[in-house]
Amino acid sequence: MPLADLVEKGAHTMTVCNACRYCEQFCPVFPAMERRLAFEKADLVYLANLCHNCGECLYACQYAPPHEFGINVPTMLAQIRVASYEEFAWPRWVAARFRDPSARAAIGLAMVFSVALALPSLAIAPQQLWPRDHLGDFYGVVPHDVMIRWFGGVFAFVIVALAMGVWRFWRHATTPADDRGRRPVAPGSPRKSGAVGAIARAVAAALTLRHLQPASVDCVSGEEDRSPWRRRCHHFTAYGFALCFASTTVAAIYHNIFGWRAPYGYSSLPVLLGTIGGLGLIVGAVGLLVLRRSRDVALGGTIQQGIDESFLALLLLTAATGLALLMLRQLPVMGPLLIVHLGAVLALFVTLPYGKFVHALYRLAALIIDAREERAS
Amino acid sequence: MTIPDTCDVAVLGGGNAALSAALSARLAGRQVVVIEGAPREFRGGNSRHTRNLRCMHDGPTAHLEGRYSEDDFYSDLLRVNQGVTDETLARIVIRRSSECTDWMARFGIRFQSALRGTMHLSRTNAFFLGGGKSVMNGYYTAAARLGIEVMYETMVEDFDVIDGMCHGIRLRVGGLRPVLRPKSVVIATGGFESNLDWLKQAWGDAADNFIVRGTPFNTGLPLKLMLAAGAQSIGDPRACHAVAVDARAPKFDGGIVTRLDCIPLGIVINKFGERFADEGLDMWPKRYASWGTLVASQPDQTAYCIVDAKAIGHFMPSVFAPIVGSSLRALATKLGLLPDALESTVAHYNNAVRPGTFNIDALDNCHTEGLATNKTHWARRIDTPPFWGFPLKPGITFTYLGLRVDDHARVLTTSGEPMTNVFAAGEIMAGNILRKGYIAGIGMTIGTVFGRIAGESAANAAR
Repeated sequence: MPLADLVEKGAHTMTVCNACRYCEQFCPVFPAMERRLAFEKADLVYLANLCHNCGECLYACQYAPPHEFGINVPTMLAQIRVASYEEFAWPRWVAARFRDPSARAAIGLAMVFSVALALPSLAIAPQQLWPRDHLGDFYGVVPHDVMIRWFGGVFAFVIVALAMGVWRFWRHATTPADDRGRRPVAPGSPRKSGAVGAIARAVAAALTLRHLQPASVDCVSGEEDRSPWRRRCHHFTAYGFALCFASTTVAAIYHNIFGWRAPYGYSSLPVLLGTIGGLGLIVGAVGLLVLRRSRDVALGGTIQQGIDESFLALLLLTAATGLALLMLRQLPVMGPLLIVHLGAVLALFVTLPYGKFVHALYRLAALIIDAREERAS
Repeated sequence: MTIPDTCDVAVLGGGNAALSAALSARLAGRQVVVIEGAPREFRGGNSRHTRNLRCMHDGPTAHLEGRYSEDDFYSDLLRVNQGVTDETLARIVIRRSSECTDWMARFGIRFQSALRGTMHLSRTNAFFLGGGKSVMNGYYTAAARLGIEVMYETMVEDFDVIDGMCHGIRLRVGGLRPVLRPKSVVIATGGFESNLDWLKQAWGDAADNFIVRGTPFNTGLPLKLMLAAGAQSIGDPRACHAVAVDARAPKFDGGIVTRLDCIPLGIVINKFGERFADEGLDMWPKRYASWGTLVASQPDQTAYCIVDAKAIGHFMPSVFAPIVGSSLRALATKLGLLPDALESTVAHYNNAVRPGTFNIDALDNCHTEGLATNKTHWARRIDTPPFWGFPLKPGITFTYLGLRVDDHARVLTTSGEPMTNVFAAGEIMAGNILRKGYIAGIGMTIGTVFGRIAGESAANAAR
């Protein structure tokens, strides 16, 4: 459904919710809704990215289907959220190419990158791809300058694309409305005292996922069921991702500043960070995939399935091949493994601005807007 | 579904009172079957539409501010009921209301923290986190865990009562009509407000214009059967809790979002453009439940609330968009009223408004003087366009005609003797306490307190 139609439907839902307000202490979505009297695209895009899709408000809803009002806030916001990822992505035509992704397509993309990485070596010196003589030497398989060219280019592009996306999201979600009282935005510049506090509160909320555990009670995971595992698996995934990223950064510093060449020892910092991070990613991504399979379809069902599963699949492939590489790096199989691992990493990075990853940035932005509004009201 | 032949305690109904009774009886060690008329998705009767319950408390709690004494509670109750209630039962409800939040919390039911919340009720009322449907989900989850059997879409067709003792209940479920023979019975099936024929008997053709705010499953059949079996009735068939709702609301189950809360901020007129009641008589939570009957007594059971731009943003929005006019004449035309009549009523009213300091959170000094019907608080001139109008109809929440009970929730017979094994809780006996009026949240208090009493009594009777 196009975003304009989703907005119309969403505005109707929010009008019912705003006249009811029974859910007002579940999470920040409802207080943010109460600060508004009308709901336009900017309001709904903001609320959609503030929502953590837990389901409390659906199970509590006296107007949920089969009631004739048919109110389903988690599904409505999930639709708008996914549409907003494409709406604000840069460049947008690239985002349109990544519409309706699947785990299979994501792994396919990783394979395409692997082949592309392998082609130069295949053409010049195919024996390097099965390295009997260069045990443990990654740059013997893919030369360092080839890696740098690929990854440097992709990384620079991804940073720009992500920044553009967040900028576009932020600018839209904070558009002041023309009629009074409709969309309160905190006055003054973000540098004004208190803005730091708002950002700190938002970052803390994002790092702890405290909105999935209001008043120390876990959110629902089904109509008559509460579980901490969605939050825990997200922590495994997010912190695992951060540790892997830290591992790569440390390795880059080792290489470029100290001139220490990979592979690094088992007790070295990059390997320790990468190992812990990789294990976290595997536990987290598998957990989230399993939980998503058993999740109540009424909470949004297939809307986020492709976008979630494709991202999780690439995280899993990256982590699994990374750990396998660590264990098997003395064997000739290291060559193909490295190629597959690097392909997965490239696919993961290229799709970051067009997939699930942007939720980390948009949700943080929405949490900051919420903290500013809360302070202003 | 297996249909049991016997059980210790049969609880009829599936709302707050029913589940409070069922859980109490189960915790007393009895085997309990709950007979709920609605399908699972609509379980919980009117409780699924509720928001809070009224609690006495000696000091601030996690969910309540300040102090709300037994005497404060009782005087609030007495005032809305114009001095008529069963004091013994009312005081039982009030005293045991202080235990309600802890009792509910045992089943995972959560409350909002006291300092936030939409209405100015945090001193007297504890608000359910997520509202009444969350409460019911908590109860049903606990019921399943404790081994209480719940039969959905099961209706009561007849009681077998001999000499004040119930020997069996004929049910209708699917195509079957099994007979359940429990040792004792709790009836918690609500009022008869969804039974349009019965409403018509009480109200005449006016009932055609009523909107039923809650469940369509409260047909009152168990009440009717029990009265026919010799139970003593209490309350007037016309007495009820009714509020003013938006006339565009659905016939059933519209719940909270159809209610109009802008009345203290404006004026209310009938279809002839005339005011007929004091819109600012008392604080809204004590007053909102009078407007259902006030509107019901107007021609065509129709009225209109008119506010101006000064009121916008100061009341809970209704789910229906306001009808907007750039002038009073334009608004009158859109509402189907005579423009001259509306203009003249507003002009008279505006001229009668005395200067004052407006404060919607207190009984302020903004009032009118010299009108046949004065507005005693929050009276401000209606002079700033745009003008907003909302069409009103009576929205009936629940009826008060019910079963007379004693302090053990035993149903009394017409001779005044308690029945041996039949107990009642919730709306079906709320008329013992509520005769004329309503204060916010007391329905859930009566349901919880008498649900527990009925459950305990039924457990004892099923020994």
